[in-house]
Amino acid sequence: MELINKSRVKSPWLLHYDGSSCNGCDIEVLACLTPIYDVERFGIINTGNPKHADILLITGGVNKKAARVVKNLYEQMPEPKVVVAVGVCACSGGVFHDCYNILGGIDRVIPVDVYVPGCAARPEAIIDGVVRALQVLAAKTDKEAVV
Amino acid sequence: MVKALMVVLLVVIMAPLLGGLLTGIDRVLTARMQGRVGPPVLQPFYDVLKLLGKEALAANRRQVAWALGYLVLIIASLALFCLGGDLLIIVFTMAFAAGSFVLGGFSVRSPYSHIGSQRELLQMLAYEPVLILLALGVYLQTGSFMVKDLFHQSQPLLASMPLVFIALLIVLTIKIRKSPFDLATSHHGHQELVKGITTEYSGPYLALIEVTHWYELVLLLGLAAMFWTHPLGAGILLALAAFFIEMVIDNICARLTWNWMIKFTWTGGIILCLINLGVIWVLRAGGV
Repeated sequence: MELINKSRVKSPWLLHYDGSSCNGCDIEVLACLTPIYDVERFGIINTGNPKHADILLITGGVNKKAARVVKNLYEQMPEPKVVVAVGVCACSGGVFHDCYNILGGIDRVIPVDVYVPGCAARPEAIIDGVVRALQVLAAKTDKEAVV
Repeated sequence: MVKALMVVLLVVIMAPLLGGLLTGIDRVLTARMQGRVGPPVLQPFYDVLKLLGKEALAANRRQVAWALGYLVLIIASLALFCLGGDLLIIVFTMAFAAGSFVLGGFSVRSPYSHIGSQRELLQMLAYEPVLILLALGVYLQTGSFMVKDLFHQSQPLLASMPLVFIALLIVLTIKIRKSPFDLATSHHGHQELVKGITTEYSGPYLALIEVTHWYELVLLLGLAAMFWTHPLGAGILLALAAFFIEMVIDNICARLTWNWMIKFTWTGGIILCLINLGVIWVLRAGGV
């Protein structure tokens, strides 16, 4: 069990979804994969498939159309999983919080574990957020082990 | 009998360790070729252990049964190979294993998985003739289909079958799912049809598929090593060289369409094999 818990932290696979982002944060998420930041150093892989993912990275606030998709993606991911809201829009709705079609931050629809602020969030901040998310993941699995 | 059982046990335990390590080395070298640092060498083992610890979500029971079939048949063909068995039987068992994988992909409703399975069938159509011609070539050269009889050869197979070896490299590209022919599903950072034939597998079932790929990798590199059996060390070096060539090809090629794959293997692969077989046959008829 100890070995599996250790592996969880060493092999987080990401699913990246764009709620209703302006693409600013999305570009920064993709920048993390380039040789400069190279998140594969930490075993992080951008999967594009909710069934393979451990971490759900969402950029942009949630609008009425995207809410159903976000919920669906979250439910398709097998446990244990964590959610990271990237950028100020994903955290709270940002400058769009008052828009007629925006529900607000991601936490209006699904539980969020880590908030990464910034407009756009810098790659360093995103990597930091993912590392925090791994701590949350480890804590979650520890709690399960106690139960 | 006892010796055979020992060999099988050794294969079942050692092959995934070796396959996982090779996959890890592949990921590090690939990262270096792309100017990145890359993951730790043991990353594939972390991935599989993590997947084993995840929630077991299967789309249906058939999917799991076919995945298990894939694993068992690949282990069977690898065990046959290590016991020095019949090359034709090994090729056919591998085909059954791939068939099982395809049916696993068809047993769910995801369109990505279906297209992936159809492409896997096309891949089989592309490489099976080459593998069968390889087995025929071995028979023409040595007078036996048995792998163990290769060890009685004074001259390495590579000397008499260099063109077949090149054709085997093409098959390797398809079988270990490297660009330009990673059509049905693709490895680590890459994405094709979401994840193609493995889209609907998750958690421990995906781990099962991953471990099967490790067994398959060892078997395929074994086929490459078969071309130089005396000393066996040279064969292993040959197999590792082939693996390295596949990595380079993977990193310098873009993914091609399935039409290209069929055209390439049916012209390039089959013609290379036929020329080589023809030369062996003529030399033999000439009594050289």
